[in-house]
Amino acid sequence: MRPEHPARAVRIGIGGPVGSGKTALVAALCRALAGELRVAVVTNDIYTTEDADFLRRAGVLPDDRIRAVETGCCPHTAIRDDISANLDAVEELEEDLGELDLILVESGGDNLTATFSKGLVDHQIFVVDVAGGDKVPRKGGPGVTTADLLVVNKTDLAPLVGADLGVMARDAAARRGNLPTVFLTLVGDPGAEPVTAWVRDRVAHGVDPAAADHAESAPPHTHSANAEPHGAGAG
Amino acid sequence: MSLSTLLVLADGRLPAGAHAHSGGVEAAVAAGRVHDLATLRSFLVGRTATAGEVAAAFAAATCRALTGPQLQDALGGSPDRRGDEPGGPRAFAGVDSDRVRELDDGIDARTASPALRAASRAQGRALLRAAARIWPTTPSTTAGKQPHHPVAVGIAAAAAGLRPREAALVAVYGGITGSASAAVRLLGLDPYAVHALVAELAPECDRLAARAADRADLPVDDLPAGSAILLDIGAEQHATWEVRLFAS
Amino acid sequence: MRAEARVVAEADGRGGTRLSTVYGEPPLLPRRTGHRHAGHAEVHLVGGAAGPLGGDELRIHVEVGPDAHLVVRTVAASLAQPSHPPRHSTLTITATVHGTLAWLPEPTVAVTGCDHTTRSIVDLCDGAELLWREELIAGRHDEPSGDLRAATTVRCGGRTILRHDLAIGPSADAGPATVGGARAVGTLLVVGPHAPTRPTATSTGATMPLANAPAALISATASDAAGLRRALDGDTVNTWAADPSAKPGNCRKN
Ligand SMILES: Nc1nc2c(ncn2[C@@H]2O[C@H](COP(=O)(O)OP(=O)(O)O)[C@@H](O)[C@H]2O)c(=O)[nH]1
Ligand SMILES: [Mg+2]
Repeated sequence: MRPEHPARAVRIGIGGPVGSGKTALVAALCRALAGELRVAVVTNDIYTTEDADFLRRAGVLPDDRIRAVETGCCPHTAIRDDISANLDAVEELEEDLGELDLILVESGGDNLTATFSKGLVDHQIFVVDVAGGDKVPRKGGPGVTTADLLVVNKTDLAPLVGADLGVMARDAAARRGNLPTVFLTLVGDPGAEPVTAWVRDRVAHGVDPAAADHAESAPPHTHSANAEPHGAGAG
Repeated sequence: MSLSTLLVLADGRLPAGAHAHSGGVEAAVAAGRVHDLATLRSFLVGRTATAGEVAAAFAAATCRALTGPQLQDALGGSPDRRGDEPGGPRAFAGVDSDRVRELDDGIDARTASPALRAASRAQGRALLRAAARIWPTTPSTTAGKQPHHPVAVGIAAAAAGLRPREAALVAVYGGITGSASAAVRLLGLDPYAVHALVAELAPECDRLAARAADRADLPVDDLPAGSAILLDIGAEQHATWEVRLFAS
Repeated sequence: MRAEARVVAEADGRGGTRLSTVYGEPPLLPRRTGHRHAGHAEVHLVGGAAGPLGGDELRIHVEVGPDAHLVVRTVAASLAQPSHPPRHSTLTITATVHGTLAWLPEPTVAVTGCDHTTRSIVDLCDGAELLWREELIAGRHDEPSGDLRAATTVRCGGRTILRHDLAIGPSADAGPATVGGARAVGTLLVVGPHAPTRPTATSTGATMPLANAPAALISATASDAAGLRRALDGDTVNTWAADPSAKPGNCRKN
């Protein structure tokens, strides 16, 4: 459900270790939400064209709704310490596509310490998978402990890798207090139901005005009457 | 002028997008032209003598255009040899902002490669965004929202209360550290040895910055224009890669 | 030595081009060449091989009127030579173009010890078309290069669209950021509706559309003059200079 007058699109960061299923989750969210919301994606993966190809092949999002960001070997930096390239990508999507409801920002290959800056996203989802071992929630780290939503993905593999989902749930609860955790299998639940519902809810609430100011897209004092889009002839 | 303010603007951790650019190192590494300390050293020297000097000159000239030729006549001689003035963020003379546009055009004319123009404007936009948040007096100029990076350096320096020479220093030094740290990440070079190279180039940075400040009032066509053909070619090749770690 | 040359081309009113001025002082001697009936006029500078010499101050001025079409070549490579005692030499080329100018000289070779600068300032009026080639060769055969610089400014309707300085020799950088030790470096600027609009690149050359004009710069490095010429010209010169007999490197004797 779209908020009445969105100040700007709700931005949700999707972080987590390489291979945990971030791109698969992005695809699932787009598939589930593209019919009701105006969605765009920023990816920080080094295999940018592969991710974009994957999303396009999956038929979930046209090419022009996906922007790739190069992170200069520093995926954490690009989503946390120096978010300018990601902000540029978000701004470009908004400039090119007009009003949007939801922008998903997928991080590059992180470790457990990576989180998104509040200057870049409004909410963040951290994706781990059971194949990484059932100790991951116990290890903690900012991603697991502070993400607005923790997704434990690939539960279908739990029996194969001997992961105890009960242990993971208990550890996650201990680490995260009241913050929600969902268990997911994108194989068994290609619509990622619980995550989709959570995202839909965030979009319906819209952007907190204070946060909107914080994660503002345009620099306040640099508008110019003469500012023309410098395409710089690239391409 | 505040030395600490200079450090703020020159800090590689300033959130202005620099970490995502390699200054041409990623392409040079892929082409095999840069593969060890010695070749990195030659790369840094050549880049500094061409793109670095151009960046220094345009950063200084932009800063001068926005801060005015203060005290030039009173003290005589080179305006940047004068003693330190009261520093800190302050009002601009607001002078001659058409000049900023002309300077921005001058970098277009010196940057044949479309990929390098796009990279320069992306970094300029990011720096301007950072400057506007850090120094709220950051002026809007006729160069618009995404000026070339050296022009953005000049604007940010002016907003921070720095002088043309410091603007030039930030531009040329930033070019060196950006390339150097990209080389550390791409080649796994010994970071101490790489920083020894950066330190070795410090006097050259100082020299270029002083020269840039001395010439900050020259007509745009008379500003430095040293071209580096392989930086252009490398940037164009890099732009076509399917997988790359750096934006340029 | 100081010397000057002037060439002025005008439309002849019958679809052709006539040369109203062809003036030169040694060693700058322009000669009309090419077919009388071709739609364009062609001039070769002869005697270029002798210089420039240290201390020389040479000037060439070219004017191409509306609808006129001028091709300028040299008969052979120019050898920039040192003097004793060593002195700087300069060649200043100014061009004002309303119609079409193809400036396609042979390369300049930096003989050991030379200290030469070629400064080019080209003013294009709106709608003017241009081919402008610059080739710098680091010494003859295996000799160490002298210092050779090309400083180029091209304006289109008063706005500078290209400004670059190329340099080879002991005072210039030859490392992996600039020319990578190549002995031959050069550029070909194409301005007009025929200019490539998409960037392309190989490992030693690139075609780069410029920012503020229908123009592209082709830049290349090569191990020798012939390789450089191939990289720069590609098909551009033959398809656009509009003279099927004026192939690159074709030097008619005068
Ligand atoms: N078995 C299983 N595989 C999954 C699941 N989710 C994703 N994958 C697979 O895990 C691999 C990595 O997923 P990807 O989304 O590319 O991970 P990313 O690196 O986090 O973006 C892919 O082969 C996916 O098909 C799941 O729930 N179960
Ligand atoms: Mg991914």
